[in-house]
This record gives sequence, C-alpha cells and structure tokens, in this order.
Amino acid sequence: MADVPIDAPEHCPGTSSDQAGKSSACQGCPNQNICASGAAKAPDPAIEEIRQKLTSVNHKILVLSGKGGVGKSTFSAHLSHALASDDSKEVALLDVDICGPSIPKIMGLEGEQVHQSGSGWSPVYVEDNLAVMSIGFLLSSPDDAVIWRGPKKNGMIKQFLRDVDWGELDYLIVDTPPGTSDEHLSIVQYLSSAGIDGAVIITTPQEVSLQDVRKEIRFCIKVKIPIIGVIENMSGFVCPKCKNTSQIFPPTTGGAQRMCEELNLPLLGSVPLDPRIGKSCDEGKSFLNEVPDSPAAVAYENIVQKIRDYCSSHTTSNNPF
Amino acid sequence: ISINGLAQVKHVVLVLSGKGGVGKSTITTELALALVHAGKKVGILDVDLCGPSIPRMLSVGKPEVHQCDAGWVPVYADPQQKLAIMSIGFLLEDSDEAVIWRGPKKTALIGQFVSDVAWGELDILLVDTPPGTSDEHLAVLENLRKHRVDGAVLVTTPQAVSTGDVRREITFCKKTAVKILGIVENMSGFVCPHCSECSNVFSKGGGEELAKLTGSVFLGSVPLDPLLTATLEEGRDFLQAFPESSTYTAISQIVNTVLSSLDA
Repeated sequence: MADVPIDAPEHCPGTSSDQAGKSSACQGCPNQNICASGAAKAPDPAIEEIRQKLTSVNHKILVLSGKGGVGKSTFSAHLSHALASDDSKEVALLDVDICGPSIPKIMGLEGEQVHQSGSGWSPVYVEDNLAVMSIGFLLSSPDDAVIWRGPKKNGMIKQFLRDVDWGELDYLIVDTPPGTSDEHLSIVQYLSSAGIDGAVIITTPQEVSLQDVRKEIRFCIKVKIPIIGVIENMSGFVCPKCKNTSQIFPPTTGGAQRMCEELNLPLLGSVPLDPRIGKSCDEGKSFLNEVPDSPAAVAYENIVQKIRDYCSSHTTSNNPF
Repeated sequence: ISINGLAQVKHVVLVLSGKGGVGKSTITTELALALVHAGKKVGILDVDLCGPSIPRMLSVGKPEVHQCDAGWVPVYADPQQKLAIMSIGFLLEDSDEAVIWRGPKKTALIGQFVSDVAWGELDILLVDTPPGTSDEHLAVLENLRKHRVDGAVLVTTPQAVSTGDVRREITFCKKTAVKILGIVENMSGFVCPHCSECSNVFSKGGGEELAKLTGSVFLGSVPLDPLLTATLEEGRDFLQAFPESSTYTAISQIVNTVLSSLDA
C-alpha cells in the first residue's frame, strides 16, 4: 500500500484508512496518535510549499551512492563547477549530508556563514552563478558534531528546500550521504510534487562498493527516481613515474560496466584515480581548473556533457513523478 | 527472562569514522582476524544496516540466523567458532534488497543486535559502524550502556576532507564519554607494484596530524594495498595470505597497541 509508513507494524491498515490509528495492529506504532487524530491523512503542507518555491528551478539532479567514500561530494562539486562554467547558466549545490558535510571545504567556502533575509536564507555564492547550501555553514567550529536522529535531520532538509532563497536556477544539484535512510527518503518525499529529473549514481569498481550501489539502485526504482546513469570513480591508477596502471580497487566482479549491463543502465563514464583530485578538494579548488588536461578532468567533462544532454531532453517542471 | 548476550564479553571496541569509505569495515575485519590469530575469541557486530560489508569480507555468504534459548545465534566465520558475526546482511532474503528504514526502525534492530544475540564468551566484541553521528551510533551506545564500552578506534584517510569529518566524530566520542583508543590512518600511500614508487593518492599525514591536534593516540598508518582490497573482495584472510607485507606489519602493530590499551 502506498500509504504505509516505513516504520509501521506488519498489519498497518494504511494512513488514509478509516482504521488508521485505531486497529489492533496500530498498538505500539510510533505514528498511532497522529493517525488516530486524522492528521496523517493530510499530506505535509511543506511538499506543496516546496513545489511552489522550486518552480523557478529547471532541473533537479540527485547524486547518490549507497556506498560511502566513492566520490559523491567530489563529483557534485565538480559537476556544479562545470555547469556554472557557462556564464549564462544559474547553478546551485545543496549538501544534505547532515552529519558529514564535505561540500563547504571542497568548494573553498569553509568558514562562510548563511544570512537570513525577508525572502529566506541566502545561500553562499562561490561565483555569481554558483550558489551553495550546507549545514556546514550553520556550524561555528570544525569540531562541532551534528548528533541528530532522523526526525531532526528531516526537518533540516525540509528547511533547505523550502526556506532557502534559491532564485531562478537552471540546475539544482543535491549531494547526499551514503545509505538509503532518512535523508534520502526526505529528499524524495519533499520533492515529490516538485519533481526530480534524475539521479547520478557513483560507485568504485570493487564488489564491496557495487553491492551497496545495487541497493541504492533498488531504492531509486522503488521510489521512482529516473536514473541518469552510473559513474565508476577511482577506476585505475596510473603511476606518475613508470606510467603503469594499477587497479587499486579491483573490479573483481566486472566493475560498473558489468553491473550496468546486468541492470540495463547507462554507464556515463569512468574516472581514474588522480592524487591531484583529492588535493584540489582539500584546497577548495576546482580540479577542472587546476589540471584541465588530465585524463580525469577529460573524463569528468565527458560525463557532464552527457548529463547536460539528458537534462535538455527531459523537462520535469510540470511533471511530478 | 532478560537476555544479556554481552554478559561474557570481556571488551567492547567501536570502530568509528564520521567519514564514509575510509576503511572501517576493512580495519574491523583485519583487527578481528589478527586477534583470532593471536588466540582470542572475537565477535563482530555490524550495525551498518544500509550497507553491511562484513559478511562479504569474511566470506560468510547467506547463512541463516537461528534462535536459541539465549537469543539469536551469531554466524561463525570459522569451524572452530573463534569469530562470531552478526549483521543485517544475514537477515536479507535478497542481497540486493535495499533496507530503506528511517531512524526508529534502525534503532530498534540495533537494540536487538546488542542485547539479544547470544555472543557467549568473547575476549573482544568489535562494533563496525556506518559513517556519521546519528541513529545507529546513538542506538549502539544506549544499548551498550549497561555493559562497558572500552573505547573506539577511529579510522581516517589522510586527506583534509576526511579528517574534517573525523574531528566531528571525536567530538561525538567526547560528548558520549567514549574513550578514544586511537586513530588509524588508512590508505596512507600507494607503493607501485611495478616500480616501487610511493604515491600519496589520498594525501599523507592527515591522520597523524589529527591525532596530535586532538591529543589522541596515533595507532599507525595502513598503506593502500590492492592485495588487501582483493582478498577482502574474495572474503579471504589477508593476514594468512600475505604475512610478509608491510600492510601486515602495520595491522599487527595497531592490534598490539589496542590490546595493550585494553589490558591496561
């Protein structure tokens, strides 16, 4: 049933049912009081508010993985830089990794703070046409830990979508933490009326990574997010001295290529391991500017072009999924 | 009848990071194998519900989890039953099935994993965690409150984007009164197997600097070793396969330091 919450007990009658909150199966369910009062039947008003707020956003793209440390934030940041390199485009990057917000550092915005105005929170601008929002900007020290349970994280994500003054945007890129949990469900729920163009899925070549990524793909299918394609990151390392290639993260089960063939998904590209990428991220600079001729930068640009092409041929502004 | 699955567990050590993909599950697996080789009885509790990596790393495919009078029976990685494991990976019908749960449901299962698994006699229980400072971490600590948590090993890679998250995890430990046994710098340099040139793929030294900055013990660096990654992919015992490697030496030193701090 579509209206059975994830945390409901086995015989949940459904939140829209007459029995909601009143059946014997409802005993002990965390939503029982809400259902019994009738409040659960009404959709969260924020979903409609967010839809209205984001009508000025042309394309919304999620960057997902399932596996941690594969390069979601790195890719999100560089995708944003690449899209914004066209001065005529307005781009924004939203970081919904609440516990481990990497985007401020990678975008060279550490220490920046968010300002409030009459029209909402102002994102932080890297360039005139590139805006960023992250919980990192709300923390006063690099040691501050965000020790929040799910509901509080969900509230923050709602505010990011509803209360930030994004303005007119061609692209809104959403960087996510690893997993298939509160943050991911909330993003999907809050954007359910506004619409999502699609998700880019990042993996590294080895099976330990792919096994988590397959789950993320299942998640996308379950919640009906179109998958733009898969990127294989850290795909081989070329020794700077002898120029031989080593597979540091070996594709023991065929890597992203085999997985894409099996699941009938586009492989957008493979990006090699390049120590200069990590270095640029640590320094808050765009790798695409620093080393534009490197094989990794070329791979990135090819992938970005495929994403641009996908967006041009899909319009979701009036098409919630 | 209250089940106290941890009654005969001597030490509990969390493996934390804050950052994803730095090698928490890898380090947990290698620590566990090293401890077993040193004659200890070890358990691994894998509380990464969305991305459980431990079963594959120890090649414990799809066994069934049984119940006994004392609770759930853990899965043993070896016939001598020196290494016990519990992971949501064992409970999924289909290994590609996504566990799409919000916090409360995750918290409930972790509570059961901590309290209702019949671990039996263990020298050490290692707890492998997902990245972050959220429901899973709070659930583990709340349920372990009745038992003792000896401390946490924090894993980072050398670069600033990683240590930046681990600093927050250190704050989490301080706020929840979890002793920091030390910091491991993983993926610390790559030695080219063709020409032996060392490349700092993910930078270098960040873990050691973080230890100094926060007054924590630096447990050591583990290099980026494709042989380690490959053996984990296959669920083989790296320490038995490659005892001559510098990775083996690094891991052994880390284990020895952790053991001394537990016995102290």
